Amino acid sequence: MAKTHVTMKVNGAEVEGLVEPRTLLVHFIRENLGMTGTHIGCETTHCGACTVDIDGMSVKSCTMFAVQADGSDITTVEGMANADGTLSALQEGFRMMHGLQCGFCTPGMIMRAHRLLKENPSPSEQEIRMGISGNICRCTGYQNIVKAIQYASAKINGVEFREAAE
Amino acid sequence: MIPGSFSYHRPASVADAVKLLSDLGEDARPLAGGHSLVPMMKLRLASPTHLIDLHGIAALKGISRSGNNLVIGAMTTQHELLASEDVAKAMPILHEAALLIADPQVRYRGTIGGNVANGDPGNDMPALMMTLGATYRLEGAGGGRDVAAADFYQGAYFTALEPGEILTSVSVPVPAAGHGYAYEKLKRKVGDYATAAAAVVLTMSGGKVATCTIGLTNVHETPLLAADAAKAVIGTSLDAATLKKAAAAAEAIMAPAADARGPVEYRKHVGGIMVTRALQRAASRAK
Ligand SMILES: Cc1cc2nc3c(=O)[nH]c(=O)nc-3n(C[C@H](O)[C@H](O)[C@H](O)COP(=O)(O)OP(=O)(O)OC[C@H]3O[C@@H](n4cnc5c(N)ncnc54)[C@H](O)[C@@H]3O)c2cc1C
Ligand code: FES
Ligand code: FES
Repeated sequence: MAKTHVTMKVNGAEVEGLVEPRTLLVHFIRENLGMTGTHIGCETTHCGACTVDIDGMSVKSCTMFAVQADGSDITTVEGMANADGTLSALQEGFRMMHGLQCGFCTPGMIMRAHRLLKENPSPSEQEIRMGISGNICRCTGYQNIVKAIQYASAKINGVEFREAAE
Repeated sequence: MIPGSFSYHRPASVADAVKLLSDLGEDARPLAGGHSLVPMMKLRLASPTHLIDLHGIAALKGISRSGNNLVIGAMTTQHELLASEDVAKAMPILHEAALLIADPQVRYRGTIGGNVANGDPGNDMPALMMTLGATYRLEGAGGGRDVAAADFYQGAYFTALEPGEILTSVSVPVPAAGHGYAYEKLKRKVGDYATAAAAVVLTMSGGKVATCTIGLTNVHETPLLAADAAKAVIGTSLDAATLKKAAAAAEAIMAPAADARGPVEYRKHVGGIMVTRALQRAASRAK
């Protein structure tokens, strides 16, 4: 099948490549761009490990073709650190609150939480749980992931983070 | 899991899309949100040789008013439905049902047109559209036509869409002011398709049900209207005996497939419970 030339912005930099129409965006990101932070967990659109941010939406990149992303603006977990290289509020939250064990789901969780907090900077616990319902974690029982997002929310809003009494 | 090879087309108008579809023939398929089609292509349950991506067609987007109808462009996503004030105000049941579809990522991509055109008995929008009395606008090489949602579904993945036609919009009559509504969906987990679901839109007058429509999701190879169940509640105050009669009438037309969501008897039983709950909640919301 003839290859198509695509250009897009990934983490602020213009990138380009030649892809077959059937090339999934996640493969383009991992294999053509060599950015392996975006994971493949299930390939059946269930686990959310491949979530990236495209033009202001959280998208499972295993269920979109790279040709469809031509001309779009994408952020992956590699683009999440602050400009000075320090950890962003969300990354810091996952580290401080032990929001990961094996870390496999973490890039997808961070990218989904990133868009959730953009749309709703002060989500309730219930809103966080619904907000990450498209992301599966095999390790943590979600409790600390929720705390990590609450930590980031507090930091973004400039308030002190207090863990709810259990 | 990588789909088979195909050629990718991105037309800029409905006319171009229709022309491509009819020129390229049977193996060409429209691509909307891709969240039913792409998983099927990865499993090689579908292997279209041409994909006609509808994302470049501005005319397929957006929600507008036309008389007493909300006209929703086929490429409007579930996420956009959830963000629409018009939908929340005029048709809160559409908001309630859209929120029960899949998960946030799927809702950013999945479209109302793809959901209703897909013909998957598990999709939530078709039964809801039948309940609301919606009409689908279809455009083909020979011109356009309107088909009632209630006449659109003919079998699993088998609809009134003719080869070369695309669904361009869904037109939904705004329900009466003060109507009660509920979409009750039993699922195994957040993000799952329905084990069984029921949509109810009703009006009340003097404590009694004046009008009522009931739709059923995923309890048959097509979505269903439960007409006898709806008839059974008219003129009643939804007392226990009436609710039992309505659930039984709804169960009588269900023929779900046994699958990972449960055996046939179980799915019918919980289907009846969804009808009961939806009736009660709808009545409690009616003004
Ligand atoms: C993990 C997961 C969970 C899900 N859970 C649910 C759920 O709970 N409830 C639910 O309802 N859905 C669910 N879905 C399906 C999801 O809502 C899909 O987005 C939807 O079924 C199809 O919409 P789409 O825009 O993605 O269409 P696509 O996948 O692009 O298309 C689906 C089919 O419709 C055809 N088509 C699309 N648009 C048109 C058009 N305008 N005219 C003619 N034909 C067209 C395509 O050719 C294709 O055959 C789930 C999906 C996933 C991946
Ligand atoms: S790999 Fe994309 S959702 Fe699991
Ligand atoms: S930390 Fe292991 S899958 Fe989530």
